[in-house]
Amino acid sequence: MAPETGSNSGHSYTASAEVMTSSDIQRVLNRIAHEVFEQNRGCAELVIVGLQTGGVWVAEALCNLLVKIASFPCAVGSLDISLYRDDHALRPLIKSSLTDVPVSVQDKTVLLVDDVLFTGRTVRAALEAILDFGRPRAIQLAVMVDRGHRELPIRPDYVGKNLPTSRNEKVEVTEQGIKILKEVGNAP
Amino acid sequence: MHRSLISVSDLSDEDIFQLLELSRVFVEVNTREIPKVPALRGKTVATLFFENSTRTRLSFELAASRLSADVLTFTLASSSVSKGESLRDTAETIESIGADLIVMRHWSSGSVRLVNSWLDIPLINAGDGAHEHPTQALLDAVTLMDEFESGNRLDGLHIAIVGDVLHSRVARSNVQLMTRLGASVTLVGPPSLLPADLSLWPVKVSNSLDEVLPSCDVIYVLRIQSERFSESLMPSLSEFSKSFALNGARLSKAKKDAVVMHPGPIIRGVEISGEVADSPQSLIRKQVENGVSVRMATLYWLLGAGKGRLESLW
Repeated sequence: MAPETGSNSGHSYTASAEVMTSSDIQRVLNRIAHEVFEQNRGCAELVIVGLQTGGVWVAEALCNLLVKIASFPCAVGSLDISLYRDDHALRPLIKSSLTDVPVSVQDKTVLLVDDVLFTGRTVRAALEAILDFGRPRAIQLAVMVDRGHRELPIRPDYVGKNLPTSRNEKVEVTEQGIKILKEVGNAP
Repeated sequence: MHRSLISVSDLSDEDIFQLLELSRVFVEVNTREIPKVPALRGKTVATLFFENSTRTRLSFELAASRLSADVLTFTLASSSVSKGESLRDTAETIESIGADLIVMRHWSSGSVRLVNSWLDIPLINAGDGAHEHPTQALLDAVTLMDEFESGNRLDGLHIAIVGDVLHSRVARSNVQLMTRLGASVTLVGPPSLLPADLSLWPVKVSNSLDEVLPSCDVIYVLRIQSERFSESLMPSLSEFSKSFALNGARLSKAKKDAVVMHPGPIIRGVEISGEVADSPQSLIRKQVENGVSVRMATLYWLLGAGKGRLESLW
């Protein structure tokens, strides 16, 4: 897990507020799983794709819950979108961040999953990437946190928590909870 | 100085690790329904080949296309070189036209490093004389790591490189890379086709393929580069074939799970028999297939985001 303070892309952050605990996280995952089930009842198979790296554990948790709640037929995979970013200089390819789409997405419903929805640029890249694997019947988006500041016309279908933030904050989502980290000045 | 890929000896262990890991990223991309990513959109890759090539040029051009780069193709026959334009002027012209990277092959050893010193853009050495061919060595390493499921290492493998080592840039790149990755290498050929002084090479040397075969995990066969040498080096091709060609009878003396590699083009009946080239033990087609992914990795490594660096997880 990330430390209380740390450096990220040249910025230093310090923990400022815990907005969810681990039991809150479980409740939110449960609710989203039920919403996904309700929305996709009768759908042959759902392909749940977690965006590397923060969305992968969320995707796996949602898949497990859907199987447990409703024996819902779903497959889970992961997608690294570094090769599709319009700003790759900001985020180089990450070691051990793998793309693994284990089943065909052709004519299936794909649920993209990420931890935090921010500018929308990651999701734009993910939409482009997933279409290279085939033509899904529909694509939906689930995020644990929507922190605002959208720069593209992208809207999630399922949201864990709407969390207004300022741009110099960072939101960290883990199974242990959600934290807001404040920037404490630029590292050299 | 800008980064280029000219020789295996220029690569640090970390560079090699990065290139191997990146190659696997692109192996996955090449399995997709649409095997193309926008990673190098807006970049231009020029291929500058002063020697003929099927595999290397096509696989670099396909690699660049699959990364969404634009490709410029220079062919010697239809170029201004025939009007007397110098190597330096030709290379500088390609840079001025707007190439972001040049993939170069030339018959003269050291030519790619020389051109690299004149230009401000990265170069990839696609073969310079009898010096090096680093992307071939990388794709051979990836092919062997797949085959032996050995991660990023070749520890414990005994590799025989057989035939015309004297003229082979493939052998020079492969000896360096394979030994650095943990393999032991034996060079096999008639004395006239082995370099005169091998004392500084980290290899064993043998003049008898039949003696070396039983201990080999990998038999790497080289093409006889008859276009590069005079008849004085060898009485005749059939004389060479009698002792050094890899045929079915010889292969049966190697380990049961030994594999056969060749950088291509293969000349059936000279250094390798058709039977062996097409056998299940042959990785020749696999090498060509991996070539595209490895070349995507090298292009992305030199031109991509954050210079294509893999960053550890932050």
